[in-house]
Parts: sequence; structure tokens; C-alpha cells
Amino acid sequence: MTTRMLRPRDIFRQQLFLPIFALCLMLVVNFIVTPTFFNISIKNGVLYGYIIDIINRASELIILAVGMTLVVASSKGTDISVGAVSALAAAVCVRLLGSSYDAYAVPLILAFLACLSAGVLCGAFNGFLVAKLKIQPMVATLILFTAGRGIAQLISAREINEKMVPGQILYVRMEHFKRFGGFFPHVVIPTPVFIALGFVLLTWFILNKTALGLYIKSVGINQKAGRLVGLNSTMIIFFCYVFCGVCASLAGFISSSRIYSSDANNIGLNMELDAILAVALGGNSLAGGKFSIAGSVIGAITIQALTTSLYAMGVTADQLPVYKAIVVVLIVAIQADEFKRWKAAYRLHRKMAKGVAE
Amino acid sequence: MKNNIIKKGFGGNSFLLFVTIAMFLMMYGIGLTLFHEQGFGTMQTFLNMLIDNAGLIVAAAGMTLVLIAGGIDISIGSVVGLVCMMLADLMQNKGVDAMIAIAIVLAFGIIFGAAQGWLIAYLRLQPFIVTLAGMFFCRGLTAMVSVDQIAIANPTFLGIAQSNIKILFGATVNKRGKLLYPFVHPNVIIALVAIFAVWYVCKYTKFGRSLFAVGGNEQSALLMGINVRKTKFLTYVLNGFLAALAGLVFCLNTTSGFVEQARGFEMEAIASAVIGGTLLTGGVGTVVGTFFGVLIKATIETFIRCDGTLSSWWNKIVLSALLCFFIVLQSIFVIWRARKKS
Repeated sequence: MTTRMLRPRDIFRQQLFLPIFALCLMLVVNFIVTPTFFNISIKNGVLYGYIIDIINRASELIILAVGMTLVVASSKGTDISVGAVSALAAAVCVRLLGSSYDAYAVPLILAFLACLSAGVLCGAFNGFLVAKLKIQPMVATLILFTAGRGIAQLISAREINEKMVPGQILYVRMEHFKRFGGFFPHVVIPTPVFIALGFVLLTWFILNKTALGLYIKSVGINQKAGRLVGLNSTMIIFFCYVFCGVCASLAGFISSSRIYSSDANNIGLNMELDAILAVALGGNSLAGGKFSIAGSVIGAITIQALTTSLYAMGVTADQLPVYKAIVVVLIVAIQADEFKRWKAAYRLHRKMAKGVAE
Repeated sequence: MKNNIIKKGFGGNSFLLFVTIAMFLMMYGIGLTLFHEQGFGTMQTFLNMLIDNAGLIVAAAGMTLVLIAGGIDISIGSVVGLVCMMLADLMQNKGVDAMIAIAIVLAFGIIFGAAQGWLIAYLRLQPFIVTLAGMFFCRGLTAMVSVDQIAIANPTFLGIAQSNIKILFGATVNKRGKLLYPFVHPNVIIALVAIFAVWYVCKYTKFGRSLFAVGGNEQSALLMGINVRKTKFLTYVLNGFLAALAGLVFCLNTTSGFVEQARGFEMEAIASAVIGGTLLTGGVGTVVGTFFGVLIKATIETFIRCDGTLSSWWNKIVLSALLCFFIVLQSIFVIWRARKKS
């Protein structure tokens, strides 16, 4: 590559410019509002502070955003069922573990695998509808978006007066289960951070050390061309949805461990919007094609920082979506081709006006 | 000759509508035999279906318009929730007159629809992303108005909500020998007028015809000299108005505002339209089918209510399964037709 002077304009055009800029802006604003923002201390043997909290809480979102990135890149649509699938997978896991104080009803690893397979199943269902039957991604995933929580409620059944009553909150009472959403003994960093980090590295490795990442990009840019060069585009899109299902179930597992229970109404609530927002903020086009995992991860952390600081400003969880929805529309509008065309037309207009004046 | 007609009928767009109507009649028949003792066959049960789903009829009619134009709107559930909350808040906490409150929420619907329509038609953003944002926006706004449940006690509003309009046929005699006329609430009348208006607009106005052209093929519509952007924009404005009207009709049923109200309503509306034979790819659909789609959904609900042992969560699951079945059917139908062409 020939070396070239790095102009400011080139920096603006980098894909990672938008997410990093947004994250820095977020951090600076937070630092001004709360000067203790960057302080990290050790309390009760674990790390404690705003930054740690944000990274800890962002873990699920990072995992979801990675899955969503692949779905957006390959199929030009988004999977809006991720929140509901999280709730469903968490319900499966917790129901299997049972609520005894002494031992799990089934071994933890088995429950974990069942949780992941619930995600695989949901992902395969979405993938089949999208890849094989060519249904628009959002309509296809709308089915699980609505039905998913209903199924999760049916799974979360508890015996009351010798009758199974669905729609209960189930608890896991083993201390051991809390470690996955909390801390392992003698480790100062929260466990979800490790899980998210490991997951992102694994995905990055798979996508970049094998040709899969390239395949996904080419299918996303032009499905027909992808098929003509011998790619099984149906299979690749299907894979992306299954992968997204796995991501959702893993996120559900962490969430349920955090609250050591399965709450079918609240696990993964509004997560689909956050995940889409993270992908869009990561500089990935929602029209498919090129993608950057790093961008989505930074996007996810930014969103979590936004969420945490809005909470700090006294905005309740119910009201949060208002601000996020506005941010989504702004980002998507700036990315839109039509907007770029308007901008170009405006510049040309100004240039011409200048020319006339001279 | 006859074979030809059958072929045309099967390949034509009305095939899906026939499936829907046949399915409704079949389900109604099953209901008549299974739940005869619970009074499934009475006129009032049928009218109750309309009363309970009046809001859905209006919303689904709007959704049909959007789907025909090749778009989608998943914000309507939240709009309905917000409209209910606004009505409750305006009348209970702000002391606004009922008619003025209604005018305000309808105006809000038009403005909100126009905002979404502008983003979709003129900025060419994906309808899904815009309306998804709209959905969260409205739900959040509802929480901003109030997180408590507000019951409406405005006498004018309750008067409209609870007045009975008697229908003079299909009367039943109760145990004491008194003649009971079946009745509907005014919200059903509003819903039926709305759906008739939408049907008329689709069939007999310039806007309606260009709607089908735009949904069928945007490029050819443009070449035909149709203002594609304006048509799309107007569709979303009309849809916004219908969503707000649906909220009003819905609120006449519930007479309260609540944050979680009408969650999943958009799915019901999309399901009704799709079950009624509206293609998700755009360009094909009628509100008559949508009406039957709503009736099918209402029949399922009545089944689950009559059975009595099933959890209400089954409502959503069965409806989702039905939606899934119909979109798979559509997709096969579209693939099959494309293959026949080539």
C-alpha cells in the first residue's frame, strides 16, 4: 500500500469513526456531569465503579449485537425476536434447573446446552422462513417476537395447589448459579465480561480466519452474484439466523443468572431495539453487505453507556425507548443515500452560487 | 373451458381470499358443534366478536393499505396504547372536553403518520426501521404521560362507549320469557364505517388505484406518471389517522389508559391482513379479506374463552402460528407463480 498523507476527511470516512466518536462523546459528557465517572475502587473484593458497571451490563448487548450484525449483513433485515428468544431460552434453563436449595434438578451443563438448543431451534425457525421461504426478515421474526414471550410464559409454570400454573417467576436458589451473572470467587472482574470477551474473540476468529466472513459479506452485497460464484447463499443466511439465536440464548442465560430467576416478561425487554441501534451505531449499513464486529461491540458499549447515564439523570426504564428511538432514526437518516444526495446537491448549489458571485 | 376457469381461480389473487373465507366458515361451523351449550350460535356471540375487535378492524384496515403500498407499520400497537393514555390523561387529569380530546388524539395520529411517512417516502428509509423506532417512541411516550392506570369517568365519553344500539332481528328469549334484542356499541358502527371508507378509497379513487400500482411495481408506477413518493407519504398519513381512530375505538371498549395496553396489537393487525390475503410483497389485497381475517382471530379468541381451561397466552401463540401458516402459504404461492411465469 502506498503511503499517503492522512487528511482529516479520511478519518471521517473510516467505518469505525462514528462509533468511536460517539463513545468518546458519551464518556466526556458523563465525565463532565459526574466527575467521579472514571473512578474504580475495590469493594467487597470486587471491582466497583461506573465504567465496570457499564461494561458488565453491556455484556449481553455485545453478544446480541454480534449476532445481529451477521443477520443484518447477510439478509439486509433485522431479527426483532432476539429479546423474546432470550426470555424463552432463560425460561427453559431455569425450569430445568429447578428451585431446590440443595442441588440442581439436572446438571448445569445440560441445562446450559438445553438453553442454547432452544436458541438454535428458534434461530433455525427464523432462518428457515427467511432463507428458504424468502419471507421478509422482520415479518418472519415478528412471529417469534410475539409468540416467544407467550411460549416462555407457558414454560415458566409452577405447581400451585397440584395444578401447573403458567406465567410464574421461577427462582434458582443455588448460590452456584449466580456466579455466571455475578463473580467467581477471588476474581475481581464480573463473569459476563469474560463470557462476552470470549464469545467476541471466538466469533472474530471464525469470521476472519475462515472464509465465512467473506462469504457473508458477498451474500449480503449481492445474493445472486454470490450464488453464481458457487456460494450456497440460502445456507449462509440460515447459518446467520441460527447463530443469532445462539447469541440470544447465551444473553438470556447471563440475564437469568444475574437475577437467578426467569422473568418471561422482563428478560431481554427492548433488547431488540438496543441491538439494532448498536449495529447501526457501529457504522454498519442496515442495507446489508460490509460489516464490522468491532464497530458493533463499540456501539453496544456506547448504547449501554447512554442507558446508564440516562438512568443517572432520572429517566425511568419505561421512558428510555423514546430517546433511543430518536437516536436510531437520526443515525439511519444520516446513513441514508437520499440524505447524502441532498447534502451533495446542497454543496453543489453553494459552489455554484460562489462561482456566480465571483 | 371449465378447467381454465379453475386454473385462473387458483392462480388469481382471489385464491387466498377464498381460502380465508372457507377457513372462517369452517371454524365457525366447528364452533357451532363444539360449543353449542355455551351459546356460540347466538347472534350476540357474533356481535360480541365485533364489539371486542372493533379497534382491530380499523387498525387492520390501515395496515392493509400500508401493506398494499409495499410497506409495513409495526408502530400501530404503541400508537393505540398512547392514544388511550392520552385520552384518559386529557379527560381525567387535564379536564379537557371529550370531543376536544378526541380531536386532539386524531390530529396526533395524522402528525405522527406524516412524520413516519416523510422519513419513509422522502428520505427512503426502510419502513421497518422507522416504524420500529416509532413503536418504541410511542410506548416510551405513554410511560412519560403516566405509569399508572387511569380510568376514564367522563360522562360524555362513557355515554358514547356504553350506549347500546339494538338490532331488530335475531332476538333470543331468556329464561324469564323476556325478549332480548342483540346489540352493538357505537364503536362497531365507527369501525364498519371506517372499513367501508377504506374499501371505497381502494376501489374507486385515484389514490387507491395508484396505491396498488406503487405496491405492485414502483418502477412501472413511476413510468406511468404516478407520484410514487406522494402516494407512499399519503398512505402513511392515512394509516396514522386510522391507527389513532383504532385507538379511540379501542379506548371506547376499555375506557382506561395503561402503559402495557395493546402490546402486540401490530402483530394482530398484520396477521389479520395477511390471513385476509394481502401479500406482504405489496400490490395485492382487499380490506374485505382483512375483515374476515379479524373474524378468524375473533373466533379463535371465542374458542379459547369458551373452553375455559386454556391460558390466555394461547391466544398469541395460536395467532402467531396462524400467521406463520399463512405467510408460508403466501410464500409458496408467490414462488409457484414466479415459476409458472418463467
